[in-house]
Amino acid sequence: MQDAVLARQAMARQRRGRWLAHAALALGVLIFAFPIWITLVGSTHDAATIGRGDVPLLPGGHGLENFSTALGEGGGRMHTTPAAGMLLNSAIMALLIAGGKIAISLLSAYAVVFFRFPLRMAAFWTIFITLMLPVEVRIIPTYQVIVNLDLFNSFTGLTLPLIASATATLLFRQFFLTIPDEYVEAAQLDGAGPLRFFRDILLPLSVTNIAAMGVILFIYGWNQYLWPLLIINDRSMETIVVGLAKMIGSGDTQNEWNTIMATAVLAMTPPVLVVVLLQRWFIKGLTETEK
Amino acid sequence: MDRKVIFKGRALPALLLLPQLAVTLVFFIWPAAMAVWQSLLQQDAFGLSTEFVGLENFADVVADPAWRGAAANTAVFASSVAMLALGVALFLAVQADKAIRGQRFYRTMLIWPYAVAPAISAVLWLFLFHPNIGLIGRALNAAGVMWDYQLNGGQAMLLVVIASAWKQVSYNFIFFLAGLQSIPKSVLEAAAIDGARPLRRFWTVVFPLLSPTTFFLLVVNLVYAFFDTFGVIHALTKGGPGKATETLIYKVYVDGVDNLNLGSSAAQSVLLMVFVIALTVVQFRFIERRVHY
Repeated sequence: MQDAVLARQAMARQRRGRWLAHAALALGVLIFAFPIWITLVGSTHDAATIGRGDVPLLPGGHGLENFSTALGEGGGRMHTTPAAGMLLNSAIMALLIAGGKIAISLLSAYAVVFFRFPLRMAAFWTIFITLMLPVEVRIIPTYQVIVNLDLFNSFTGLTLPLIASATATLLFRQFFLTIPDEYVEAAQLDGAGPLRFFRDILLPLSVTNIAAMGVILFIYGWNQYLWPLLIINDRSMETIVVGLAKMIGSGDTQNEWNTIMATAVLAMTPPVLVVVLLQRWFIKGLTETEK
Repeated sequence: MDRKVIFKGRALPALLLLPQLAVTLVFFIWPAAMAVWQSLLQQDAFGLSTEFVGLENFADVVADPAWRGAAANTAVFASSVAMLALGVALFLAVQADKAIRGQRFYRTMLIWPYAVAPAISAVLWLFLFHPNIGLIGRALNAAGVMWDYQLNGGQAMLLVVIASAWKQVSYNFIFFLAGLQSIPKSVLEAAAIDGARPLRRFWTVVFPLLSPTTFFLLVVNLVYAFFDTFGVIHALTKGGPGKATETLIYKVYVDGVDNLNLGSSAAQSVLLMVFVIALTVVQFRFIERRVHY
């Protein structure tokens, strides 16, 4: 009898706990979404409303013109680059970085796992060391290398130094180590050479890992800030994240905030869509690389 | 660790490794070596002659009050970001673990800030906390709080911490939720049968079992706060007002790019490199150990 009472109490407590959990999560979701909501709302009002400090909580009717100004003209008074061009530049940069990192990491992981040659481990550790040398701690000398190689203001200079990847190499290496020896033996019996094996067997098996890595690296590439800030001063090559920050300047009240907010929405839409739509691969990529 | 069946050949693997190694050597190893070399040199005021000064740059850097100030800012900033991002994420993950329904929905709604660039996160929070146009900034001023992050150093620091932590919660949330879900339900039921209340159950059973995840995330968050938040600070405060939000990374940038003080900037870079190497070693030793669990 007493047990039944205790059990009922425990169940009531659990139900209450679950209800509280939902309330807390809903609050968390709201707080997380709030800055985005305000930005979305701000991108649909005119500059005067925002400048007065009267940003309402609901969208207004100037969305279309704000977005077309942002895309086609940029922040007029400050003569910033139009967002359409910057979006294209960011897309090129992100795809080159993600594609480049995946390509050279697949090749080097293949070499390290499927061959034996002198200095194999030395090569592996050289790649590994790049983990410890983020661009932020070697800004000036890397910049000098770019200037010496005449890569300033070029997509090569913007992306090439960022495509070395210890993380991707480690991930592919780990995956390659799990491929059964029988696959290699079978391929060898059939007379397939190493390149044939790589193309016809290894690459198709790696598709999920490539997709997972691709999602993470696309976001990494799209969100680059310090490097484009240093390497690009040609406005036609400006990327959208850097361009947006430049539009803000020192945060003057007179800024054309409506255009800036529309540009902010444009700047975060592609990576956010990638994360939300490709969530499965995103989480796989995040948890398997652990960095 | 190694495969038994392999392909023969030496030229092919060398060729396959070439692109990665070339990029690594030209854009990583060489500049890092140059940073070490430059940190030992000093240029005269006109940039005409350069002389070898040994460790003098390091002594100057460490003795410089501005560098010490930046180091103190970095310590405050990094620990606040890590604590805030870890605390909020752990709280939300525990709630999501309890709420059996709608987990996928909550996860979707909480992970997307990961995709927002640090500099854009700065812009979003600026819209809210701007003293004249921001919703919260104006509300604070109307309520009698003198809010202006462009004048008040403490408020500026608070704002860059919030903008940086907001984005990192997503990452921590995913790992905490995965960690919570991997705790066997039987362990929790056993504690419940022993009469442990939910809160006590959390601190005595769940939290200790989560400690590997927490430690791993702590290192990741510190690395993030140190190196990936340059965009937040550059877009939001430019290190100001005064030098209130100037972190070590930001100072390397200002001294090297704006002030063209190469020797000092290089010495600061080398100090940071030593720090990253230490953090990476800690992280990997720890992950190695976790694999054996």
